[in-house]
Amino acid sequence: MQTTPSQTVGPFFSFGLTTEKCSVRSIVGPEAKGEPVVLTCRVLDGDGVGIPDAMVEIWQADAEGIYNHPDDPQQKNCDPACTGFGRMGTNEEGICEFETVKPGSVPGPNGVDQAPHLNVAVFARGMLKQLYTRIYFAGDLANPTDPALTLVPAERRGTLMAKPDSTHPGHWNLDLRLQGEQETVFFDV
Amino acid sequence: MGRFTNESSIITPYKRHDAQGQPPMPYTPYQSTLKRSPSQPLIYLPHTLSEITGPVYGHGEIGETDNDLTRQHKEQPQGERIIVTGHVLDSNSRPVPNTLVEIWQANAAGRYVHIKDQHPAPLDPNFTGAGRTITDENGAYRFITIKPGAYPWFNHYNAWRPAHIHFSIFGRAFLSRLVTQMYFPGDPLFAHDPIYQSIPDEKARERMIAKFDMETTQPQWALGYKFDVVIRGPEATPFET
Repeated sequence: MQTTPSQTVGPFFSFGLTTEKCSVRSIVGPEAKGEPVVLTCRVLDGDGVGIPDAMVEIWQADAEGIYNHPDDPQQKNCDPACTGFGRMGTNEEGICEFETVKPGSVPGPNGVDQAPHLNVAVFARGMLKQLYTRIYFAGDLANPTDPALTLVPAERRGTLMAKPDSTHPGHWNLDLRLQGEQETVFFDV
Repeated sequence: MGRFTNESSIITPYKRHDAQGQPPMPYTPYQSTLKRSPSQPLIYLPHTLSEITGPVYGHGEIGETDNDLTRQHKEQPQGERIIVTGHVLDSNSRPVPNTLVEIWQANAAGRYVHIKDQHPAPLDPNFTGAGRTITDENGAYRFITIKPGAYPWFNHYNAWRPAHIHFSIFGRAFLSRLVTQMYFPGDPLFAHDPIYQSIPDEKARERMIAKFDMETTQPQWALGYKFDVVIRGPEATPFET
């Protein structure tokens, strides 16, 4: 069967998808194991202007690298405090924030582990379909051998690296630039 | 720390989209796409556990009137009451059970409750226009709502969106995530709408149009529409021969 085509979320999704009840700022519960992370994302258009009508969804593994999903062969060992899912609408400056823990390494192709990463889908008015990217953690020792990062030209890998905020321990920042200079790498999944 | 070592990492990849059946980015007639589409090509990513898993929702998160948009306020909303029902299926024709389906829409006058929709049509105090439900074990879902009106926008002179209901669906994997719009049969605005027309293949476009269904229609009460949604499924399944 052929899939149903994608259409834009449009400008008015917030009362349907990112109400207080439907937003998910905390990807993990307070009792989750692992290194706490507060992640601030800024979604920018081709002019470098913040997009106020975007939605960011995140899917990640727990601190041990296990997904809370039946297709992960180790799901039964997953930290029950980690649902792994986050969803936030951006504010007037194009910014949204998540609370989580740094995920562990997830198995990758050919027995090579993947570096800790968040899987990201970006939706917005003016986007006819979502864009997929990943967020890695700058400085992680596993980054140089990550099977997805090594597919990316070296000079563009930095666009996928969240950077620690030197003034707020545990806080990380990342810009999602949909177009233009320092354009974020998006993946064809 | 970490997962067991020497773990098998064999996974079943998901089917890739047919480019003719999905919108391009950017799509010039829809002007807002111009500054919101990457200029660099996407990088092809072989599927890993990260792509083929995804969020799982529980029934506990759905309220009693979440799938009946006509019962979320004191009184009945204005407009033509409709039933919208169908199945979520994957591209292998298999039902997708227990998955979250969210909808949002304009009211009968074509006005959204969103603060930034300020066009001169009335709000309806008895209609918000947002609903959610979980598919049953057969992948079926059902909403009761009112038929949304056409909606003017600023993309070009005299631009109007055909009446539509926004759909958001998760499916089993993060890559099966789909946001789309359901349209109504025979809408004269299809030919003039760049969002509808952004899909290159005409047959694929028509998959976004619900079918009027007499069997779903209930006497003296509501018209029925059928709308099946097909999301990406695995490349091969153990059930296929």
